Amino acid sequence: MAFLELSHLEKSFGSNRVVKDFNLDVGQGEFISLLGPSGCGKTTVLRMVAGFETPSSGAIRIGGTDVVGKRPNQRNIGMVFQAYALFPNMTVAENVGFGLKIKGKGRDEIAARVTEMLRLIGLPDLGGRYPFQLSGGQQQRVALARALAPKPEVLLLDEPLSALDAKVRVSLRNEIREIQRELGITTIFVTHDQEEALSISDRIVVMNGGIADQVGPPFEIYNRPTTRFVANFVGQLNAFTATVEDGAAGRVRLAGVPVTLPAPVSGGSVDLAARPEALYLGRREGNDVVLPATVRDVHFLGSVIRIGADVAGMQVALDTFNRADQPPPAPGAVVELSLSSRDLIVLGG
Amino acid sequence: MSLWGRLTGWIVLIFGLTYFALPLLGLTEFSLKARRGVYSLDAYAKVIADPEFQATFGYSVMMALVTIVLGILIVVPTAFWVRLKMPWARPYVEFITLMPLVIPAIVIVFGYIRLYNTSSWLPMTGSIMGTNLLLAFGYTILALPYMYRAVDTGLRTIDVATLTEAAQSLGAGWVTILGRVILPNVIPAVLSGAFLTFAIVIGEFTLAALLDRPAFGPYLQRIGANKPYEPFALAVIAFGITWACMGLIQLVTRFSKHSKVAR
Repeated sequence: MAFLELSHLEKSFGSNRVVKDFNLDVGQGEFISLLGPSGCGKTTVLRMVAGFETPSSGAIRIGGTDVVGKRPNQRNIGMVFQAYALFPNMTVAENVGFGLKIKGKGRDEIAARVTEMLRLIGLPDLGGRYPFQLSGGQQQRVALARALAPKPEVLLLDEPLSALDAKVRVSLRNEIREIQRELGITTIFVTHDQEEALSISDRIVVMNGGIADQVGPPFEIYNRPTTRFVANFVGQLNAFTATVEDGAAGRVRLAGVPVTLPAPVSGGSVDLAARPEALYLGRREGNDVVLPATVRDVHFLGSVIRIGADVAGMQVALDTFNRADQPPPAPGAVVELSLSSRDLIVLGG
Repeated sequence: MSLWGRLTGWIVLIFGLTYFALPLLGLTEFSLKARRGVYSLDAYAKVIADPEFQATFGYSVMMALVTIVLGILIVVPTAFWVRLKMPWARPYVEFITLMPLVIPAIVIVFGYIRLYNTSSWLPMTGSIMGTNLLLAFGYTILALPYMYRAVDTGLRTIDVATLTEAAQSLGAGWVTILGRVILPNVIPAVLSGAFLTFAIVIGEFTLAALLDRPAFGPYLQRIGANKPYEPFALAVIAFGITWACMGLIQLVTRFSKHSKVAR
């Protein structure tokens, strides 16, 4: 049974329906990311779980108890905000101990828990500092410790890494995941950064226009997107339109080349997609589809080279590893691209 | 900047300083002339030794403190709530808080006397405590424009909404949020408002005189009408208090421990 259940959740601001029939079951200790572009409703869902927004309809159950009627301070939820939201008038230790003080815990118990939390976030000696004396990454760690100190049932992370620079972002996201695993706390993480979501989540909910477009583990979301939106939003994508020759047998014609898809298709034409890394420059064993292409541009990215090419009027991108003994083709060169028909994604929706 | 520009700047500055400083210097100089032929602090000594000075000054200080507490209790939650939940109401609240600058104190006090006289349904002027309360309410209204603006400016320097939500998610209720999170972070602003309130209350005449309370303002007026040097000594003292308040505002603003709060 799910620990956190969101069922038929709806939220409207005036005539604007921001969240539409949103359903999600989160298991105990699971790390779920809500991923989507700005305005897709992901933060609104999180704020409804926190109690800062009241759903227009639907239910939110934590451990089987409906919390919709409860105020935010009655929900036993920990939250970390994008803007850190540390209390500027309090030291790090006072910030971390705030929730425990509210709960009426004793001084010794608070001190012990604060020490434990500061050790957990790797800042054991900074308890006496004020927030303005810390870097952004340190402030966000303290915010995480503060949220976790009162032992909440659910941890909500509202784009906690967005205000940090790239290097800190990567290290802190890994730390967050480690701490979450260690404590086994059910967590919802809101982000618009697909790399973040793919790297640390148990499951990802890709949201679009207030609905959950696809829910699944990162591997499935990336490799088996079920809608055009998910395919486009998560990772780079090459989209092709193919003509259906025998739908039941999965036979289509792509850029004039016959291709047999692993599953049957319907209609006169079908939209297919392939990730840049699924395309290969030249022929390769196991790649049953070979497409003639003209190189448009070449971007050297260090260990990877991204090549832009035209395939029968369609623009595609492919990634190939850099090898010192194999220089990339020059723009204008006529080449062959190959791929396995199993790597072709049939786009719906 | 050209020489002419710099010169003009200096001329304007010297003119301004002279305009403000000369009367004050004259006032101070005259207040020191109580003893014939030499400068002395006789007038100050006499004023300070006067039991009525001590009583009225003490009364006004007490009223100022009550007014400051009342002001904080009314303004901080109002400004907080308007910023957090009712931003649409801000222009209206600002307009209301500006009213005391437009409506003279004499209108307010006549309104009070008419509404709360001994034959009214709430005869507050019928007792000393009632009249004192009425005076404190009046002072609170007079100080409202300054207190509200000071607090609102202070609230602008912190992320009220996120701090409130962070405190709520940690289990805090409204009183805790206001008392432990919001108020401590706007203390410099609240103190600025408090010192302005103090300066206003100490010198206020109209409300105290017409409500017949033994405040410092009416005492200043009485002394001014009957004594030669003491009123000037009192005026210098009153200026000193006001300037001390202004200086304290600068101090608390500049040396606030959390002036670099992360937004």
